Amino acid sequence: MTIQLPVTTPLIELRHVTKTIGDGVETTLVRDISMKIEPGEFVAITGPSGSGKSSLLYLLGLLDVPTSGQVLMQGRPVPADSETERARLRLKLLGFVFQFHFLLVEFSALTNVMLPMRALGERSERAMKDRAMKLLTSLGLEAHAHKLPGQLSGGQRQRVAIARALANEPQVILADEPTGNLDSASSEQVLAVLRQLVDETKRSVVMVTHDLALAARADRHVRIVDGRLID
Amino acid sequence: MNLVLDIALTHVRSRLRQTLVGLMGVAMGVGFSVMMAGLMEGSQRDFVTQLVDALPHITMSDERREPPRQPAEDHYQVVAFSGLSTMATRPGIKNPYAIIASLDSWLEGAVAPSVQARAVIRYASRDTAANVTGIDPKREAAVSKLPEQLRQGTLKDLYRSSNAIILGDRLAEKIGARVGNTIAVVSSTGRVLTCTVVALLHSGISQTDETQAFTLIKTAQILAGQTGIVNAMRIRVADIMAARDIAGRIEAQTGYKSVSWQEANEDLLSALEIRNFIMYTVVGAILLVASFGTYNIISTITHEKTRDIAILKSLGFTEGTVRSIFLLEALIIGIAGTLLGWVLGFALCQALGTLEFKSPFMDATRLPMYYSPVHYALAGLVALTASAIAGYLPARKAASVHPVEIIRGAS
Ligand SMILES: Nc1ncnc2c1ncn2[C@@H]1O[C@H](COP(=O)(O)OP(=O)(O)OP(=O)(O)O)[C@@H](O)[C@H]1O
Ligand SMILES: [Mg+2]
Repeated sequence: MTIQLPVTTPLIELRHVTKTIGDGVETTLVRDISMKIEPGEFVAITGPSGSGKSSLLYLLGLLDVPTSGQVLMQGRPVPADSETERARLRLKLLGFVFQFHFLLVEFSALTNVMLPMRALGERSERAMKDRAMKLLTSLGLEAHAHKLPGQLSGGQRQRVAIARALANEPQVILADEPTGNLDSASSEQVLAVLRQLVDETKRSVVMVTHDLALAARADRHVRIVDGRLID
Repeated sequence: MNLVLDIALTHVRSRLRQTLVGLMGVAMGVGFSVMMAGLMEGSQRDFVTQLVDALPHITMSDERREPPRQPAEDHYQVVAFSGLSTMATRPGIKNPYAIIASLDSWLEGAVAPSVQARAVIRYASRDTAANVTGIDPKREAAVSKLPEQLRQGTLKDLYRSSNAIILGDRLAEKIGARVGNTIAVVSSTGRVLTCTVVALLHSGISQTDETQAFTLIKTAQILAGQTGIVNAMRIRVADIMAARDIAGRIEAQTGYKSVSWQEANEDLLSALEIRNFIMYTVVGAILLVASFGTYNIISTITHEKTRDIAILKSLGFTEGTVRSIFLLEALIIGIAGTLLGWVLGFALCQALGTLEFKSPFMDATRLPMYYSPVHYALAGLVALTASAIAGYLPARKAASVHPVEIIRGAS
């Protein structure tokens, strides 16, 4: 008989993760960081420019692999040697929002949102379209679903990018300065969407920002200086 | 629609002009390959058909491969003799109808005898030299195209009068003779035969039409001064590829030199093989060059779409999926180019097939085009393989893009 411990498994866990790049002249981006992202948690990462915030986010998001240390997804170690396996985990469990919208410019907002669903291939075309439309509507974009990214404002594009990040119902949204290019009204809108996601659907959000006012509205605030976490 | 196909088509459309140029390159490659193959195989088949159809498959002549043994050689076995005077043997195949009867008993095909004589033909005080060939009308049709080449008469007309003759149409024109006229044929020994023209021959080859005349065997034998002997047996066989073996068997049986069409044209046939090799090399080179264009386009697209590739990979697209997008783009160009190339190739073949070539020595001829699905399949296969390789190389490079580098650079 197994005893169920009343402990939740962290969605993402870093154990003594260090990332160095360059052969010859080495640069350390991230130094010996251990941290956990729990379900239903809104974490803000702040720090000076060049301190390694983005690098940390790429490690959390399995876009990059550590030089040493270990990354665990839902308690399971992530294989460092299988890009295919990491791609699968990203597709199913993670969603990204960057400072730059990173939409495919030849496809409509709706098609962009459908991309991850089509890559996963678990829904019918009809269901994918319905879900994409629903996501866009919830972000106030129902009137812009069939527009190309070039025909949208910066804030609208960023919301499309969020809709796309949410397409496969990921466990964690990783956002790198999602409001960096936006005016205060649009920033407010984007933040409200992320906040709502955590509060209403118990998803987790990890947001990199240099705006301390935004960071203050997160559940937890992590600071990084020169590649190290400071409490 | 399939996601990979969807993205591939979008990329291809975003570079429409370049894509069309690349597609035209493939189409030209395939088109010219099909045309070349059609022309080459057409002329080769035409050539072989002319060899095989116009000429007998096996010719038995009154020569022997080895000189007949001298009685002295039989007598003194150790010494070789030179300068012996030959026995006075008359040239020619003896007992032709006995040989024909024995060949008929096993040969799948037909045998016809012929006699050669040189003569001068005279009509209304104009004369001209001619080759008179004596034939057996009943057997001739089975070994040559002569019956179809006759004008104003048939082979059977040779039986109509005692010395009937068929003249080449140019020869008749030269001396002013027509069907029904009586002409004089003078043999090399000075014998004069009076013959009636019963038909004219038009083979289309001016050399033949200017010098040939046909009579019955016995008439030609009188002109040649030899009775009971023929100069050649022409043999057609049902299976032309077996001609070489059959010739060997006939020669062994009769002792007369029998040459198959393959043996007679050995050097020509090997020249055809070299020609085919050259053709396939050129066609391969054309298609290879066409694939450079495809490589260029796919490389350009992958460079332009590096950011898209990084996005797709960050979303969770695998390297394999990204690779297949660009591979598919190359194949789209390859397939569309091949289809267009087939149409182009067919049109070129048709156009070449209608061209008429006029020659003073021959009837006007058209280029012999040969249509075979094999040419289309082969050109398509090579073009698609080349496209796939041309697409795979940049696709592999594109798929290995590290998304972090791009995302960092763009943020
Ligand atoms: N390819 C690279 N080669 C050398 N140094 C690099 C490379 N990429 C990043 N760095 C360095 O690594 C450090 C961390 O970079 P990172 O992008 O993580 O910082 P950041 O905290 O996100 O900065 P910002 O707030 O400006 O986005 C920086 O000092 C940067 O200069
Ligand atoms: Mg950064």
